[in-house]
Amino acid sequence: MIEFKLPSLGADMEQGKLLEWKVKPGEAVKRGQVVAVVDTSKAAVEVEIWHDGVVEELITKPGETIPVGTVMARLTAPGEAAAPVTRKPASPAARKRAHELDVDIDKVTGTGPHGAVTVADVESTAAKPSIAPTVDRQAEMRKAIAAAMGRSKREIPHYYLSEAIPMQRAIEHLARANEARPVTERVLLGALQLKAVALTLRQFPELNGFWRDGAFQPGAGIHVGVAISMRQGGLVAPAIHDVDGRSVEDLMRALADLVKRARAGSLRSSEMSDPTITVTNLGEQGVEAVFGVIYPPQVALVGFGRVAERAWAEAGALRAAPVVTATLSGDHRASDGHRGARFLAALREQLQRPETL
Amino acid sequence: MKPEELRSQVLDLLTTIAPELDAGGLRAGEPLRNQVDLDSMDWLNFLVALHERLKVDIPEADYGKLATLDDLLAYLKGKLGA
Repeated sequence: MIEFKLPSLGADMEQGKLLEWKVKPGEAVKRGQVVAVVDTSKAAVEVEIWHDGVVEELITKPGETIPVGTVMARLTAPGEAAAPVTRKPASPAARKRAHELDVDIDKVTGTGPHGAVTVADVESTAAKPSIAPTVDRQAEMRKAIAAAMGRSKREIPHYYLSEAIPMQRAIEHLARANEARPVTERVLLGALQLKAVALTLRQFPELNGFWRDGAFQPGAGIHVGVAISMRQGGLVAPAIHDVDGRSVEDLMRALADLVKRARAGSLRSSEMSDPTITVTNLGEQGVEAVFGVIYPPQVALVGFGRVAERAWAEAGALRAAPVVTATLSGDHRASDGHRGARFLAALREQLQRPETL
Repeated sequence: MKPEELRSQVLDLLTTIAPELDAGGLRAGEPLRNQVDLDSMDWLNFLVALHERLKVDIPEADYGKLATLDDLLAYLKGKLGA
């Protein structure tokens, strides 16, 4: 027997509301399949299952709000015999009426013989007004951010580092590559920065992972959470998976898709629950640098500011050059400033070799 | 395409990228991206939408010519040969 529980889709999530099931009892499901859509305070998230099996029982009903960890459905594992079904006593007419009125017969209190559900019971249940409150998404998102960021600042001893990174080579490389690309395949500097962060992280595993139960756990891959602001306010930071192993073109497509789906409020559970580090880019808003708040249980956050022309001294000469300030917010429990400084230096060098990204 | 029609098509696409946009309040002679809060991803999506709707391809090198709504409309007019 497999229990499908409501997963935590981020440190700030305590409960979720089931919007719909994507599967039916009796249906076979595959590992990685989207089985339900759950409304968190931040988005409607497509929740995946991580086992093969056959759906036996859907326990949570659409519209119900349940805490994280609640068993939402039961499945039989491959090769396992299905459990016998116990049916609530009800007259055939009551079942038919329940179906017509879209009433869950298991939730109706029966008043007939041996507690059997009658047509009248079904009708009186259906007549009760629904008490589902309408959710103010803005207010909910604010609360979720407050909870996660409050926890971060209470628990995580942050240290902050910053480094000016010359961007001329990266910008020229990108401009040359984009010249040959149609507008639909054009790559943004943000995708290049993501790849550079991920490749650099390979040498700094202590920045990529989680702080849980008093110890650091390295991430199973380099899954970079991308901070995406919502046009109405608030933000989400869903993950792009295995960023270090993907081409910049592929990352750009993933990034565009993620931004679009985040703003449309349709993200997947694996994207919400497993970023191993977060990258935020506030340069578009015109700030020079961003010193971010780490998203627990992650242990680091990399920020990029605006790319702007600065006076740049190099080899005894002064010239104007595009420069970006990259920052690292690190969790001092998991890493030290010395390693953090080495990370930013390595990131700077990585961005001087854009052809290797 | 008539200028009014081009303008309304462009504003229509802009509104799909930035749903909260009050097109009437837009100052056509002032920088567009600041007014509408378009980041580089929004901007690219806008150009892709223009490409799909109007069949124009705007190279990156021309971004500097597109600072305001008026600039953009003049640029598109030239591209469309209208």
